[in-house]
Amino acid sequence: MIRSLLVLFVLLLSLSNTKAQQNRTLPQVNLRSLEGKLLSSDQIANDGKPIILSFWATWCKPCITELTNMAEHYSHWQEETGVKIVAISIDDARNQARVAPFVLGKGWDYEVYIDVNADLKRALNVNLVPHTFLLNGNREIVWQHNSYAEGDEFNLFERVKKLSAGVPVNE
Amino acid sequence: MLRLLYFHLRFSGSLIILLQSVIVSAQINLPGEIHGNFQVEAQYYQKDSSIGAPLVKEKILSNGFMNLWYTKGDFTAGIRYENYLNVMQGFDSRYKGSGIPFKFASYKNDRLEATVGNFYEQFGSGIMLRSYEERGLGYDNAFEGVRVAYHLPKGIYIKGLIAKQRTFFTLSPGIVRAADIEINLNELIPAWDSSLTRISIGGSGISRFQADEDPVYKLPENVATGGGRIHINRKGLSFFAEYAFKSNDPSAVNKMIYRPGQALTITGTYASKGFGLLLAVKRLDNFDFRSDRTATGIGANINYLPALTRQHTYNLPATIYPYATQPNGEMGFQAELNFIIPKGSKAGGKYGTEITLNYSGTNGIKKTPAANDTFGYESPFFGISNETYFRDLHIEIHRKFNRNIKATLMYLYWVYNKDVVQGLKGYGTIYANMFVGDVSYKLNQKHNLRMELQGLLTEQDLGSWAMALLEYTYSPNWFVALIDQYNYGNNNAAQRIHYLNASAGYTLKENRIMLSYGKQRAGIFCVGGVCRNVPASNGLYLSVLSSF
Repeated sequence: MIRSLLVLFVLLLSLSNTKAQQNRTLPQVNLRSLEGKLLSSDQIANDGKPIILSFWATWCKPCITELTNMAEHYSHWQEETGVKIVAISIDDARNQARVAPFVLGKGWDYEVYIDVNADLKRALNVNLVPHTFLLNGNREIVWQHNSYAEGDEFNLFERVKKLSAGVPVNE
Repeated sequence: MLRLLYFHLRFSGSLIILLQSVIVSAQINLPGEIHGNFQVEAQYYQKDSSIGAPLVKEKILSNGFMNLWYTKGDFTAGIRYENYLNVMQGFDSRYKGSGIPFKFASYKNDRLEATVGNFYEQFGSGIMLRSYEERGLGYDNAFEGVRVAYHLPKGIYIKGLIAKQRTFFTLSPGIVRAADIEINLNELIPAWDSSLTRISIGGSGISRFQADEDPVYKLPENVATGGGRIHINRKGLSFFAEYAFKSNDPSAVNKMIYRPGQALTITGTYASKGFGLLLAVKRLDNFDFRSDRTATGIGANINYLPALTRQHTYNLPATIYPYATQPNGEMGFQAELNFIIPKGSKAGGKYGTEITLNYSGTNGIKKTPAANDTFGYESPFFGISNETYFRDLHIEIHRKFNRNIKATLMYLYWVYNKDVVQGLKGYGTIYANMFVGDVSYKLNQKHNLRMELQGLLTEQDLGSWAMALLEYTYSPNWFVALIDQYNYGNNNAAQRIHYLNASAGYTLKENRIMLSYGKQRAGIFCVGGVCRNVPASNGLYLSVLSSF
């Protein structure tokens, strides 16, 4: 009995060790571009530099606040770290056509994709929007955060800077 | 005895080392990932007859779920455990107890996708077929069966499925067989490869089988829908249209008429930096389609018919009188304009001023009695009735004044046909003016204070409402908020009640916990195209969620 418990414990320990060592990579899911083109999430890349993946919707006020606040710093962030922001809209058929005019109407310079039936949201186990992921140069998820409060973008950018300097990001 | 224990431990030790090395080497070769998410919400209910909050015998009700998925390379399998002990107020009471209603295995590579078990799917805009989940609303019409999709060369994508549909903890009786094709013409036709005009076309066919067990009617056991779509894009211009036809399908929703159904949706948009325009029109004629012809309300829906109106985010416009699609017949129109008054100008200020103008309107369709009354009615294709179902005209202005202060102002004019939208009699149509003011003040990099004031002014129904919100956030972990909704215009003086509610939440990375206490007015909460009537309540609410 004790032995089986010990074995189980070590098994779990090894599993959790592995989990800490390995980061999840971006799953392969169909998305649509703002032009309506079908593409795979594999095509989200940034030449080995960090990526911020932000789930949002046109009806989600805190999401829009987050993306608007990041837009102010985006060119500066890009210069400093080469980070790319990818905004994933989970708007459904009711609002999907609204996404392109909305994004351009806001003047956002992000790469924007539509997660047509929330397949990427599901594959990444997102409960609610806003939910923001930080991916390293190998497109592995190194950090994530749900909800948004004013100022969270600075907290996020601290991690982007660490990441591009090669410092581990986990807290 | 001691020696025995010593041996035991030594033996276990070597076994553990052996096992561990096996595990470690196996993991180097086979890096599988276990991931998922979790959510539980619970409410403690107090009876409050002043607001119509009923007595809840259990006192505490709770909904919860966990997704647990395993992914290894191209392979994924997973389950979702759901738990309703007992289901919370405002959700369908057919969510009873707990179980694993969602389980699947799938394989996906660059060309092929195959899934057995439960899955979600959408064809085109969903007008003919869409299964999806809105956990917060208790909506889930997942398929259970087999799905195959294939990316053919030259921009052709085909999908097919055969499945039943989930309704709460059972499957609805109909069998759904469906196929869809989408062709990207720029990839198919070599000469169009580098054209600035991008065109894709698509078509779907769906058939539902449900045995005819009706003692009176002779019902079609196989009901088919078919339709096509086109999407044209050139620079900032985009045009999308989808049309669908449904063979006769007498059902509880259409009151057992044999008239075939039709649906059309057309959307045009133009967008350039700092400017966006949307125009959309939609017509539905007898287009409710379910895998159970006896089902009403939410449940067993095969297709998705969202309202052609703006989905609001502010409390009063979003939850007091939201429009819900009338699948038996409606015609709607929507226009939206987004633009920025550039920064540096007087009206634009230092940061630019963002403006949204939106108008949406929906009426019934013109109906005249059919010659053969089993067909119900006749309707010319673009015939609109004089009956107004819904109007929403609004302007929203957002401006940042300086590094610390930004504000949103909104005015809305609202018309809501309560009898039609909620399927009631004697309430008539509600005309309302609404105002929203939202000011955010940044104390420093981490601390922020936000205040909302909203008003809904009307003579009808429950009369006028006022609402105030105060929210304080401390990045990146904390928020506290206080909200008061006051039905000051109620004709019945005893009903002029303050609905006061306090909440606080803590977020740590992908984990969030939230508590609230107070009164919650009855309201209609909608996400996407689904709405949920939530009765009034008074009590303590807790929610915990996490991803892993």
